[in-house]
Amino acid sequence: MKTSFTLNGQAESLDLDPRTTLLDALREQIGLKGSKKGCDHGQCGACTVLVNGRRINACLSLAVTHDGDEITTIEGLAKDETLHPVQAAFLAQDAFQCGYCTPGQICSTVGMLQEAADGWASLVTADLTADTVLTDEEIRERMSGNLCRCSAYPQILAAIRTAGGLA
Amino acid sequence: MSSVKDWAAPTPISENRSGLIGKGVNRYEGRLKVTGTAPFAYEVEAPSPPAYGVLIPASIARGVVTSADVSQAKSAPGVLLVWSPDTVPAQGERGARINPRSQRGSNPALAARVEHFGQHVGFVVADTLENAKAAAALVRFTYDSVPADLIFEDCLDKAEDPEGEEDVRIGDFEAAYAKAPVRLDASYVSPLQNHAQMEPCATTAWWDGDQVTVHTSIQMVKGGQHTLAETLMIPSTQVRLLTRYIGGGFGGKGQSYDDLTLAALAARELGQPVKVAYTRQQMFQATIHRPAVQMRVRLGAQADGRLDAFALEAVTHCRREAPFTEHAANFARSLYAAPNRLTGHRLVKLDIPAAGAMRAPGEASGMLSLECAMDELAEQLGLDPIELRLRNEPETDPETGKPFSTRQLVRCMTEGAQRFGWDRRNPKPGQVRDGRWLVGLGMAAAIRGNFLLPAKAGVRIDADGTLTLRQGMTDIGTGTYTILAQITAETLGVPLSQVKVELGDSDFPPAPGSGGQFGAATAGSAAFAAGMNLRRALAELATGDPNSPLYGDDPELVTFGGGNIAVDNRAEPLDVLVARAAPEGVYVEGSITPAADARDYSQHTYGAHFAEVGVDPDTGEVRLRRMFGVFAAGRILNAKTAMSQITGGMIWGVGTALHEYNAVDPRYGSFIAQDLAGYHVPAHADIANLSAMFLDEVDDKANPMGIKGVGELGIAGAGAAIANAVYNACGARIRDYPLTPEKVLAALP
Repeated sequence: MKTSFTLNGQAESLDLDPRTTLLDALREQIGLKGSKKGCDHGQCGACTVLVNGRRINACLSLAVTHDGDEITTIEGLAKDETLHPVQAAFLAQDAFQCGYCTPGQICSTVGMLQEAADGWASLVTADLTADTVLTDEEIRERMSGNLCRCSAYPQILAAIRTAGGLA
Repeated sequence: MSSVKDWAAPTPISENRSGLIGKGVNRYEGRLKVTGTAPFAYEVEAPSPPAYGVLIPASIARGVVTSADVSQAKSAPGVLLVWSPDTVPAQGERGARINPRSQRGSNPALAARVEHFGQHVGFVVADTLENAKAAAALVRFTYDSVPADLIFEDCLDKAEDPEGEEDVRIGDFEAAYAKAPVRLDASYVSPLQNHAQMEPCATTAWWDGDQVTVHTSIQMVKGGQHTLAETLMIPSTQVRLLTRYIGGGFGGKGQSYDDLTLAALAARELGQPVKVAYTRQQMFQATIHRPAVQMRVRLGAQADGRLDAFALEAVTHCRREAPFTEHAANFARSLYAAPNRLTGHRLVKLDIPAAGAMRAPGEASGMLSLECAMDELAEQLGLDPIELRLRNEPETDPETGKPFSTRQLVRCMTEGAQRFGWDRRNPKPGQVRDGRWLVGLGMAAAIRGNFLLPAKAGVRIDADGTLTLRQGMTDIGTGTYTILAQITAETLGVPLSQVKVELGDSDFPPAPGSGGQFGAATAGSAAFAAGMNLRRALAELATGDPNSPLYGDDPELVTFGGGNIAVDNRAEPLDVLVARAAPEGVYVEGSITPAADARDYSQHTYGAHFAEVGVDPDTGEVRLRRMFGVFAAGRILNAKTAMSQITGGMIWGVGTALHEYNAVDPRYGSFIAQDLAGYHVPAHADIANLSAMFLDEVDDKANPMGIKGVGELGIAGAGAAIANAVYNACGARIRDYPLTPEKVLAALP
């Protein structure tokens, strides 16, 4: 099926097998392999990308459903040689070890910071009417869809605080 | 063979003139990882577009594949190849020299004989992943099943001595235990756990004539290369194995799996590159796991807490055809003083996937027993748990009498107690409340052996002054790239930016790979040796070159620093020297072997964990509130990556204590949890306020750099500290891990 979307600012047109997930389209058809396949079931978050600014699990989404969407992957965050502030913070805080969950963690962080800026509440938000304040507890809760088996969570938290201006 | 005495002399590492050793520099490959451009095995660019392989698992636990109907699959769209036990190409027997303890001698992929649920019995290759998956679902197998032993607890009467092992007895445990005025006899269960690395096993393979190139996700380069060569019945020189980035290993990728074998076989058959990845479900069913361990601890003490008698007996399991013993009692042989001692293991053989090494094999499960038993004994004696341990601190190794190379366990405990605020602990359980939460503190000791294996490394300097270290070593997220760059830069006195590190290639000088927390010491010592050899070569080059300001100087007096080679105030930049005197570059190798007298010392890493938990008395939920660890592990090469290793290990301990277990379905022999929703590894929300520190230490009996491993120490004892905190919080003493809500509720006093 013919599908067109904007990928990291560039127009992309593909003829896709309707069974192909967005993740496999990115990795196998387009050749952007930064988004990772950890579980293929939406349980680990390694495939997290931004669709129209919101984070989703690319493994749970069929590529043909994204006609007209704006998609940003880990490859689209840095501007030439300059890392995105979240990428730079992950590097400086050693917020990863093996690096396999990292693109998903970083995309998820970018999406999460926007959700908080937009005033979205989380499970641990006590006052739903107040402005969203990204406490450590809020960050941990909002990032729990991204597993890190190397368990870099303390360092990921530090990186998010740095990148989010919360340090 | 060298002696540990050779290792005490000053070196560029101990002098650390540019301060790179210990510095928390960013990861060498970090930029690639945060930009998503580090190519993992499935992502490597093949010389031509690859075909996609998909594995098909068996649905019985034990028996034989009697038929495979592949007709529909073969005619499905895009299918290039379908293999079943009767059509898979012949494979050589895997040699016993490859990981004989966890991998049986003969293990062809797609064998007709099914030895566990999930063993692969079919394989499909197609032009796209979607076509391969669809075709794989069309293959139909029939089986002859035979009865299988599946449930550990039901087969305990079949436990036997592990081959070639005997109990270790010192003194007369039974007599001393019978006479002891204070006794504790408690049994603990550590359940079956899965590695759950984020990156599933994967291989991309292609052939060029009779040479095969494989990119695969494996912790041991040489093991994978030789295993594949034996399987393909070709010399190892015809197999080039690369493993540059590995998405987590934790012991589970210490060996190769069917993705490697079948990608290589199919690429040969089809004459095009083939790539194969395990699904998450296959990661559970068709790799190794940490086996369950039942442990009985008996402690006999004097009223003052001194142990007279100590026993730790462990029963564990392995796959029937793949003997492996989780040595859950071994750590205890060096931990506490007691004149009468008994430790040993029994093994139950089951028809489930193979048991094998998982982060800190032995300690990770073993310390869950003894470190809780010490907590229980302390309460029985009315002693603080730290004081009980101090009273049983040995002066020399309690079983061998050998001196400790270093041992700062006491300082780990006392320093940790002070920083954590241990004195605020109320020894009586269930006394502290914070809202609805019952709050408690717990601690445990940590010990993990330190090892050094033989290894080589190569280093070259080019005419532009760039140093390139090459080693058949792996970085599984541990920081190997980074510490090898630091060692090389410090040894040659050049800036870090001038050093390149290339790993994970069987063409490079061999190193044993990542495992057993021996990686940094082993690979690093070889890199250091190579660097020292390059210093000598460059000193000879400069002092023998009439155009060098060092011409005629004694090579022994040459120093390196700031990118220069010098004697006194005569100096020249390394790139100038090499460009002039050796424009093709200088390449040398170095090697490390364990010192002959290293075994004269009892050599371990140590630590102490402190945990604060909240227990909800109505739901049984346990939440970590904070956790702190103090560790002594020799000289630390990189403050940042070492800390990440240690805190990562501690978090594994949290998972061990509170979340992680798998169970075997008695009907089929499959695991109940087969994905990351069913098998809960710690998520971000599970981990609060967790930190650690290292004590200053140099272990000059360990290796030339005085370093030790940190990859596994962090998990050792960590779960016990949590369990002890749970008891302190609410009075529920649970000896069956993990401490899930239903167990907590049932155990509340």
